[in-house]
Amino acid sequence: MSTQTSPVAPVIEVRDLVTHYGTRQILHGINLTVQPGEIMVIMGSSGSGKTTLLNHMLGLSRPSSGQILLLGHDIGIMSGSELNDLRKQIGVTFQGGALFSSMTVGENVQLPLREHTQLDENTIQIMTRMKLEIVNLAGFEHFMPSELSGGMAKRAAVARAIAMDPKLLFFDEPSAGLDPVVSAGLDELILRLRRAMNITIVVVTHELQSAFKIADRITMLDHGQVVMTGTVDEVRAAKDKHMQHLFNRLLEEVPVDADEYLQRLTEAIE
Amino acid sequence: MAAEPARHGLYRCTDAVGRITVAAVSQIGYACALFFESLYWLFAGPRRRQPVSLSATALEMMKIGVQAIPITAILSLSVGIMIAIQGIYTLRDFGAEARVVDAIAMSITREFGALITAFLVAGRSGSAITAQLGSMRISQEIDALQVMGINPVRYLVAPLLIAMLVMLPCLTVLADVMGILGGGLFCGYELNMDIQSYIQRSLDVLNANDITQGLLKSAVFAVLITLVGVINGFAVTGGASGVGKATTHSVVAAISAIIIADMIFTFFLNR
Repeated sequence: MSTQTSPVAPVIEVRDLVTHYGTRQILHGINLTVQPGEIMVIMGSSGSGKTTLLNHMLGLSRPSSGQILLLGHDIGIMSGSELNDLRKQIGVTFQGGALFSSMTVGENVQLPLREHTQLDENTIQIMTRMKLEIVNLAGFEHFMPSELSGGMAKRAAVARAIAMDPKLLFFDEPSAGLDPVVSAGLDELILRLRRAMNITIVVVTHELQSAFKIADRITMLDHGQVVMTGTVDEVRAAKDKHMQHLFNRLLEEVPVDADEYLQRLTEAIE
Repeated sequence: MAAEPARHGLYRCTDAVGRITVAAVSQIGYACALFFESLYWLFAGPRRRQPVSLSATALEMMKIGVQAIPITAILSLSVGIMIAIQGIYTLRDFGAEARVVDAIAMSITREFGALITAFLVAGRSGSAITAQLGSMRISQEIDALQVMGINPVRYLVAPLLIAMLVMLPCLTVLADVMGILGGGLFCGYELNMDIQSYIQRSLDVLNANDITQGLLKSAVFAVLITLVGVINGFAVTGGASGVGKATTHSVVAAISAIIIADMIFTFFLNR
């Protein structure tokens, strides 16, 4: 992916996003832009705030302050029905797949089509099969989600996410709970989707290998702040000590303050 | 220093009362919002090309209503017999056993038919609603609906509410009939009353108000069971044990709400 110099409107723009969970601040002023057609990987260890950031980009939570623009629309000021219309152009693959367990795989993929379009039954069936072909699950439409393996369930979830031919696709931890081979297959699928449909893709993950393989650009999050954003090579070359820690998966040493430590232990004890 | 713990205790007590009150008020507000949003989708949905699914509603009607017919019939028959036994025993002191027919007809239609049915449905379907929505919540299926642009209230709650509002009064009518029949069976056995005169006597004492009072209450119970089930289901956190906890809480809360609402309604309907 070449660096884009032409002023193309970004697909996602996050401006100074601040969020709280109760009284605890989770995100400290996140800024992020995703260009059309690129694969942006948001990386960070557990607790870095990447899932929170994703939930806000999906409009599932309300931020304390800041703006999120998806496809040029500020989702903070949209009405419920406008947001629903926007969501027809966005696909999401959740961590566990989040397939509806009471429906077959085929019905899962058909659901957005049935709810949002007036297509006739035959067209819906054909489109369902096409989407399942794309994710290599042809012939599985009559299976129940519980009968699928973890990797297959995730691919079925991808088929459902692309049912409406979205312009923007989100992946939450695509490799979570999968073995390396299956996970690599899913990475291939992500790359293939971008090639075939030219979708903008945002992947949230903590898997370094998969990030380097699929990303055009990587945003590193840590403790609710963007540590750096750059191309794969730039991130690889980063000399920042903190980044190297993240890469090498070394335990970050938290300096121990003796007084604070004692204070924590004896707090509220008389 | 001696006054310190006391003030501390009072402070904590007030704090707890305040928090519980705020939580309760916000829950009631949320329940009202859910109720009106469901009604909104029912009427405005077709115009916005997002109608409440008829097939989903029919499916819920099957689960909530049709499948509960046998157990409702058996339980209300038993309650009818039980009221007949107690009634005859109590009225015997006054030598007025035959008046038990009035007591059965009135108490079943005005009170027990609706109440027994509501308890049964709260236990059967209220818990099922919470368990289903709760497990959908923890597996992110509800988030998935939302990000697909499918409103969970329209897609999940509205069919439940409609199904419950239709089926609970229907089951209540069944319970009324079966309860009165149960009372008749025992009266026939104990007082040598023939069933025809029993039915005739029952129809004579009953007026439309008795029946509508029971049905009106059952509609209120239907809303309560659905909303309590839905709120507890949507609020599930903490995995599988969270679903279990929410389910238990949902049944207890629904039954409590039913009893309290019943008392309030009975008070106002009989002024």
